[in-house]
Amino acid sequence: MTTIYDIEVGEEGPALETRDLSVFYGETMAVDHVSFRVPERSVVALIGPSGCGKSTLLRCFNRMNDLVRGARVEGAVEFHGQDLYAPTIDPVEVRRHIGMVFQKPNPFPKSIYDNVAFGPRINNFRGDEDALVEASLRRAALWDEVRDRLEESAYSLSGGQQQRLCIARTLAVTPEVLLMDEPASALDPIATQRIEELIYELKKDYTIVIVTHNMQQAARISDYTAFLYMGKLIEYGPTDSIFTNPREERTEAYVTGRFG
Amino acid sequence: MGVDLTRKGSRKLGESLIGTALFACAAFSTLVTVGVVVVLARESVAFFSEVSIVDFLTGTRWEPMFQEQHFGILPLVSGSLLVAGGAGLIALPIGILSAIFLSEYAGARLQAVLKPLLEILAGVPTVVYGYFALTFITPLLRLVFPGTDIFNAAAASIVVGLMIIPTVSSLSEDALRAVPRSLREAAYGLGATKLEVSTRVVVPAALSGIIASFILAISRAVGETMAVTIAAGNLPNLTLNPLESIQTMTAFIVQASMGDTPQGTLAYRTLFAVGMTLFLMTLGMNIVSQWVMARFREEYQ
Repeated sequence: MTTIYDIEVGEEGPALETRDLSVFYGETMAVDHVSFRVPERSVVALIGPSGCGKSTLLRCFNRMNDLVRGARVEGAVEFHGQDLYAPTIDPVEVRRHIGMVFQKPNPFPKSIYDNVAFGPRINNFRGDEDALVEASLRRAALWDEVRDRLEESAYSLSGGQQQRLCIARTLAVTPEVLLMDEPASALDPIATQRIEELIYELKKDYTIVIVTHNMQQAARISDYTAFLYMGKLIEYGPTDSIFTNPREERTEAYVTGRFG
Repeated sequence: MGVDLTRKGSRKLGESLIGTALFACAAFSTLVTVGVVVVLARESVAFFSEVSIVDFLTGTRWEPMFQEQHFGILPLVSGSLLVAGGAGLIALPIGILSAIFLSEYAGARLQAVLKPLLEILAGVPTVVYGYFALTFITPLLRLVFPGTDIFNAAAASIVVGLMIIPTVSSLSEDALRAVPRSLREAAYGLGATKLEVSTRVVVPAALSGIIASFILAISRAVGETMAVTIAAGNLPNLTLNPLESIQTMTAFIVQASMGDTPQGTLAYRTLFAVGMTLFLMTLGMNIVSQWVMARFREEYQ
């Protein structure tokens, strides 16, 4: 059984929507007929046990699954009503509007400055690069820590700082949507808290979809939560309802820690 | 019932025997190297007691067999560098571009076919390359540049270049493959195209490995003997013109060790002086490439 709550998306419609979305890796079905909508400027958390398809689902929104050999997508994924998997769509353009932050911090082996400037440079940004780099680092709450060492290697930063650098790097391309794949799972509690505060700040301007293993984190930062199990969307609704009053038995079992 | 945990005598003996045998094998190759260096050094010292080292390193005439002997090694060094440089011009771009293709663009099936084919290039005997240069490439060169000598540096450069492509491409490909997938994903995630991911992220991250492959390939080209002896001629010639006959250090060694040189003479000792020079040059390049490779490990996490 699947329960999808009514979700207010406003007049402009949802930022992202999937309809009957299925993803296969070869013969294996990783995502099984998932339909849900992500309202603009909200944080949606995808939760579920390992292997439930939440990362795969996330990677449909910026066509990162294209990079996996043998991956196949059926159904529709829409960004403001535009089907991201239509044949005319260029995945490179998609990724310029829908940015991604990965599980492990993955800065390039370049300077802090060049990491942030990478996206704008490949997008032929013609403006004040210094200002854009500074603004992006400020938005990622990293500027004060790195303002005097922009030319140093990104690897001189701590893990938490590196992850905020990766967020700054993504913001520098000025995306509308941020996809985050367990962005804090490799970080210590203090660095995690800073990332969570940052997500809270960012949702004023961005639509955020975040995969997390950490149920408290999902409860703290998200407006809506989707619970996936074995590739299926089991329950999707306001985070409060999912955590305090889930309608599906499996959701309850998972959020109360009885399995997973 | 107690469990016997004490050391068994026979096992200890077996382990130490195996250890000794392995050590002997490792020591053997080291000793051979030391022996080669000692022989080279002893004869070179004898050579330099008769010929000034300054004349040797700065002289522009290499005429050890003539009545009036000249021992300036520059013509031989320039011959070797001309061939190696030309080979590099061919092998480096083709090698690195094939490596990028194999590591970033080719699908698994294409890779499985192309990689072994490319590596066959390294398996062709060098004498075959020599005759290929002389009987195929030189006539082509003479069609285009009619004044080309029958034996010329260009033909040798071209075949040595072909010969070292696999060195560049396999080592560079290893370096490119070692770049973590997460860096590629990060770049794709920012809207980079495949070309941008390859040229702006993967190649820079693997740069020291790529440079190390260049150095190793060039050091192989400098040491290459058979093809250059056949194709490049045996005329010590201080020139930058690849269409002329030249002699490389290795080709001189072949020529001088063919039997006409009486042992113990000065001409005989030139062999070792040239050998020592060659050895130090390739050793230097290998050390530089080791150093570059060691740096490479620190480049990304």
